[in-house]
Amino acid sequence: MVHGEAWTIKEFFCYPNEYIYWTIQIVMYPFMTGLVAGAFVLSSLYHVFGVKQLKEIARFSLVFSFALLPVAMMPLLLHLQQPQRGIEVMMTPHFTSAIAAFGIVFTTYALIVASEIWFVYRAYFVETATALGEKRERCLWEGVLYRIYRILIMGAWDISHEALEKDEKGVKILAGIGIPVACFLHGYAGFIFGSVKANALWMTPLMPVIFICSAVVSGIALCIVTYTVTMELRKMISARKRQQKPWLPSTDELKSAEVQVVTMTSRYLLMFLVLAITLEILDLVFRGYTALKSWDILRSVIYDKDFFKIFVLQYGCGNAIPFVLLLLPRLSLKRVVFCSLLVLMGVFMMRWNVVIGGQAFSSSFAGFMEYRLPIWPGSMELFKEGLFGALLVAITPFVLFFGITRILPVFNLKDSH
Amino acid sequence: MIDRRDFCKKALLIAGGMAIPLSALELFNPKRLLAEKNDPSPTRWAFLVDTHKCVGCGFCVKACKIENETPYDANVTRTWVERYIVARDGKTYIDSPRGGRDGFTSPKIDQGVEPPAEVRNEEIEKAFFVPKLCNQCDNPPCVQVCPVGATYQTADGVVLVDRSWCIGCGYCIMGCPYGVRFFHPVYHVAEKCNFCYHRISKGMKTACVDACPFGARRIGNLKDPNDPVTRVIMTERVGVLKEEYGTKPQVFYIGLSREVK
Repeated sequence: MVHGEAWTIKEFFCYPNEYIYWTIQIVMYPFMTGLVAGAFVLSSLYHVFGVKQLKEIARFSLVFSFALLPVAMMPLLLHLQQPQRGIEVMMTPHFTSAIAAFGIVFTTYALIVASEIWFVYRAYFVETATALGEKRERCLWEGVLYRIYRILIMGAWDISHEALEKDEKGVKILAGIGIPVACFLHGYAGFIFGSVKANALWMTPLMPVIFICSAVVSGIALCIVTYTVTMELRKMISARKRQQKPWLPSTDELKSAEVQVVTMTSRYLLMFLVLAITLEILDLVFRGYTALKSWDILRSVIYDKDFFKIFVLQYGCGNAIPFVLLLLPRLSLKRVVFCSLLVLMGVFMMRWNVVIGGQAFSSSFAGFMEYRLPIWPGSMELFKEGLFGALLVAITPFVLFFGITRILPVFNLKDSH
Repeated sequence: MIDRRDFCKKALLIAGGMAIPLSALELFNPKRLLAEKNDPSPTRWAFLVDTHKCVGCGFCVKACKIENETPYDANVTRTWVERYIVARDGKTYIDSPRGGRDGFTSPKIDQGVEPPAEVRNEEIEKAFFVPKLCNQCDNPPCVQVCPVGATYQTADGVVLVDRSWCIGCGYCIMGCPYGVRFFHPVYHVAEKCNFCYHRISKGMKTACVDACPFGARRIGNLKDPNDPVTRVIMTERVGVLKEEYGTKPQVFYIGLSREVK
């Protein structure tokens, strides 16, 4: 069977070689990079612009962004027909292609995030390593941690006041450089689509900007959700632990801090949401108004075939409802989380409607193609480009986050960053 | 001791001074001189399709599949034939079942949906066939978007794919407005018509040209003013597909109609 045949249904006239070649994994790719960029921008709001209220979530989202990083690459590898040759993009990049820059942009960004984390955590590394080093008897895990921290410190044991101030300066500079690079990383994912002149739906210079805005929106939303869930878990654990150790923060203390952070973050979510919706509507209106040759087929895709996915799921549930709910007075934690989940779904649908929607019509403008998401992974191809492949990509960042926080804890740290 | 001002002045002077002999190298680039004197490649392959002559027998598709080892029953093909039926009510019906490989023997029009459409003979205003293949564009978007340079343009204008280097990202497939590219079912890399490069570079014609019983397909060298194909392209009224994309396609058509997609 030809690649793409298993999940493509053609209607009316499509060219014989046309199939849905870019499937769920290519939906996941901009979605995941968006989350990376968004989480980073959120953390930078505190580090660069000094938004004090976001201090608690800043460290959290920085580490989460780090956990998301390798996952941005995963869907691409799962999608390639020759994944073993994927490294060629780094080795022999052909720079007229938008994808060729991926290796460079991605590596730069990864280095920035990693070094920023290093500066943020250096003091913690030194303190913990010193404490562990003084301990007479270390259990196995403590021994491993001690080794890891010693390597991570890289000889920089100085934690005098001046040294820490230098660290702080380093964080600020890196976060400052990081914002444009994060935007570039994601804006360039938008460019990959926006620059395909053969695709009538994708080709618009607004695409990179739309992608950046929706990326920030989704990144903030995911941070809110993960942050709240983690806080809830902490509350449960601390309630149990307080029975033995009464000096730990009480449930109420945790709760009030949480509500404040989350509502504050939701304001930023709202801001970027407005920007994203405005641009998307502008794009739609402009297409209708200029009514180029492709508009006939685009109209039947947007207003007819994909109406439910675009207007109900993406704009309605994903944008309009959370927008109204977030503006209503007496914002509660539950409502913010609910809205964030809706926003995440909306951004995912936006990626879907761009990637799959862009292939929903033939470039002959005389036929349609429909994507049937393969559910049961009957073969490797159906696994990779089906539901389970996408789930694998979606779950990995949380597993990584859990692993990374064993070494880089995001809560209960007393240092200044 | 050199001070800062002096250092800047001298640095500028040296940089400027070095730029002059370097630009001379560019001025007298022997390679470019040679290129301007006589063209690096004496050939620019181009294709000519006379749609008036095509009867939709599908011999070209068959020949192509066999010659280029595209699995015969796979629903992908390097070249194909489209059938256009314009009804009296203005509706256009287009189909290309199996790329037209087995010819168009039934009046039923394959629409991907059941039942197939059918237009009665007296309702038909006009009907014709249009063979399609890679346009070997002068400004090929597929070459532009390949992230690893696995697809490239030869000096004589043909766009080729390096099967040992393609990573299979599908960006070139997305970038082609003509839908000529696909993933090869056996090699799992991007695949497309290459004007039978292995044949034309040895002085033969392409498999489809040789297979066409009616002379609807012809291949020629645009740089040779005496080539019969070039004569037709230069002197007669020919059209190309989807000019608006700026790809500068090099497959020329006689008898194109506005319905052709």
